[in-house]
Amino acid sequence: MRLLNLLKIAFKAIVLNKVRTLLTMLGIIIGVAAVIAMLAIGEGSKESIRSTISSMGSNMITIRPGTDDRGPARGSGGDVQTLTLDNYEVIKEKASLLDYVTPVVNGGGQVINGANNWPSTIYGVNPDYLNIKVVGLKSGSMFTDAEVRSASKVVVLGQTVVDNIFPDGQDPVGQMIRFNNIPFKVIGVLEEKGENTFGQDQDDIVIAPFTTVQKRILAIDYLNQIVASAVSEDAAPDAVIEVTDILRSEHKLLDNEEDDFTVRSMEELISTFSSTSEMLTILLVAVASISLLIGGIGIMNIMYVSVKERTKEVGLRMAVGGKTADIMMQFLIEAIMISVTGGVIGVALGLGATFFIEKFLHWPTSVALYSIIISFAVCAVTGIFFGWYPAKKAAALDPITALRYE
Amino acid sequence: MSKEIIKIQDLKRDFTMGTETVHALRGVSFTIEEGEFVTIMGSSGSGKSTLLNILGCLDQPTSGSYELDGVSVKELNKNELATIRNEKIGFIFQSYNLLARTSAIENVELPLLYNSKVSTEERRERAIKALEMVGLAERLHHTPSQLSGGQQQRVAIARSLVNNPVMILADEATGNLDTRTSYEIMSLFQELNEKGITITFVTHEPDIATFSSRTIVLKDGNILKDYLNDDIQSAAKELAALPVEDH
Ligand SMILES: Nc1ncnc2c1ncn2[C@@H]1O[C@H](COP(=O)(O)OP(=O)(O)O)[C@@H](O)[C@H]1O
Ligand SMILES: [Mg+2]
Repeated sequence: MRLLNLLKIAFKAIVLNKVRTLLTMLGIIIGVAAVIAMLAIGEGSKESIRSTISSMGSNMITIRPGTDDRGPARGSGGDVQTLTLDNYEVIKEKASLLDYVTPVVNGGGQVINGANNWPSTIYGVNPDYLNIKVVGLKSGSMFTDAEVRSASKVVVLGQTVVDNIFPDGQDPVGQMIRFNNIPFKVIGVLEEKGENTFGQDQDDIVIAPFTTVQKRILAIDYLNQIVASAVSEDAAPDAVIEVTDILRSEHKLLDNEEDDFTVRSMEELISTFSSTSEMLTILLVAVASISLLIGGIGIMNIMYVSVKERTKEVGLRMAVGGKTADIMMQFLIEAIMISVTGGVIGVALGLGATFFIEKFLHWPTSVALYSIIISFAVCAVTGIFFGWYPAKKAAALDPITALRYE
Repeated sequence: MSKEIIKIQDLKRDFTMGTETVHALRGVSFTIEEGEFVTIMGSSGSGKSTLLNILGCLDQPTSGSYELDGVSVKELNKNELATIRNEKIGFIFQSYNLLARTSAIENVELPLLYNSKVSTEERRERAIKALEMVGLAERLHHTPSQLSGGQQQRVAIARSLVNNPVMILADEATGNLDTRTSYEIMSLFQELNEKGITITFVTHEPDIATFSSRTIVLKDGNILKDYLNDDIQSAAKELAALPVEDH
């Protein structure tokens, strides 16, 4: 029999049982919609992590004390004190693949302006910091190298800090504030960066010369981090190797000794996060696939019912000349049509859901074309797989037995 | 002598049900020639349907030979049998067996769907012609539930005619119909027979047999009588003689 005729017969059977077919499709619809939406969310968060991290400076290289703990966001390396100012100076002098380098010391405390106070973190850095982090100033100016050398008590504030200690909206530049009771003069305000993907407020920050923070606030002589930027994104991996070599010889490590510091480029950080979100995506897709499987079983069930209640019809079709393959194809195509139609509706629903998630929940999403193609393929395969056995059963019927079936 | 359409020899059909064996046919032989109108009579359970199903290639005999239009049916596989049923046989059932919620024309088209030599346009044309022949030109798009029993059987007859079969087999085709409608159907069969179509008609009503040219009577799976009818009645005349119903 011609394919077009088979399609017509299958279409008719489906149309004659609209409600039942729709209920059967529901499993497939939900399964496909879930797969599409889950993949879109997974893909979206991956992209957003990537863009957040690159906005933090894609050339950035972070050097922290202590061995590699593979924990992506482990603050300052705890109490390990293997990074020193000397290390910083040697890196600055010797590393050829770095543009900017700054020592980083940081600590928490209260920022106070009169009656207003706000808990925040102070970062002691040098003026290169702004270039490394790719952040500009909204007003005022950055402190100078001279101010670093003289350990001046000047700060640049993030917008969140400004909003909280200058609630009246007055210009903070030129004002005196205190951090942990030490007076500082505000000389600038950073451009707003907003929240990053990890939910951190990047504007809740106070920047001061590292000398000042080291001596007057933290009273330490080591560094929490050294942050640098490679000459280009491509040079970052080589820069990591270069810095590692410099530090290993600086720390006089033997060949069999492990690094007592960790050097990471942003690229590595991105891949760490991507793999986490990839795992999440796999998990979500697995859950969605189970729903697809259940949908497939639903199809099998309904195809059994369909074959059973149309036994007489099968008998008649055989009596007027329907061959085994004709009967088989009829039910198989019906099953495929149900599952693929379910797939189409599911894709539409999944795209709709994705749109709403993006629009109203403000989650980042990104629909991958491959997820749609895979969904369709899976639907067709589901139809064939779960329609096969019932179709075969119909085709194996004996015409007389089938005709007599009540 | 004209062409032999059906030639059966010592046909037997046993049904095994658990430990019991039912001998539905115990050795039946006869020949039907082209253009004959044969009725097969016999009481209920005498093996009429079993015989007709074998003649219609829907069922296989336990033993004995069956030649249909010169082809030995025993040699054929399932798909070849389907092709024979499709191209050579028109089968009519007591319970019409129309597809529900499907228009008359689509029901009639059904056998041609399984014949890839027939194009879509030709299929439609032939279905319309068949329905015209049975007097249902005005009912092409009615579904079975919108048709009377007699009309449904006419659709079934049109379906059996549509692929120009060498013979039509009917199993109690008038069994569910009242006398008037039965006579209408029989006069239709007589018309078709006059056009040269071989008809084998199973019935247990003696008056129906009077419209045929030959009668084979079965009893317990054996042929009891096989005789030519030399006083064939015209169903059309009988129909005219029936008392007019008031409406
Ligand atoms: N599929 C079957 N299985 C078992 N017995 C059957 C089957 N078909 C017919 N028979 C038996 O064969 C005999 C003849 O049946 P059938 O040909 O239907 O008679 P008729 O049509 O003359 O009334 C009956 O005794 C019936 O019970
Ligand atoms: Mg019978």
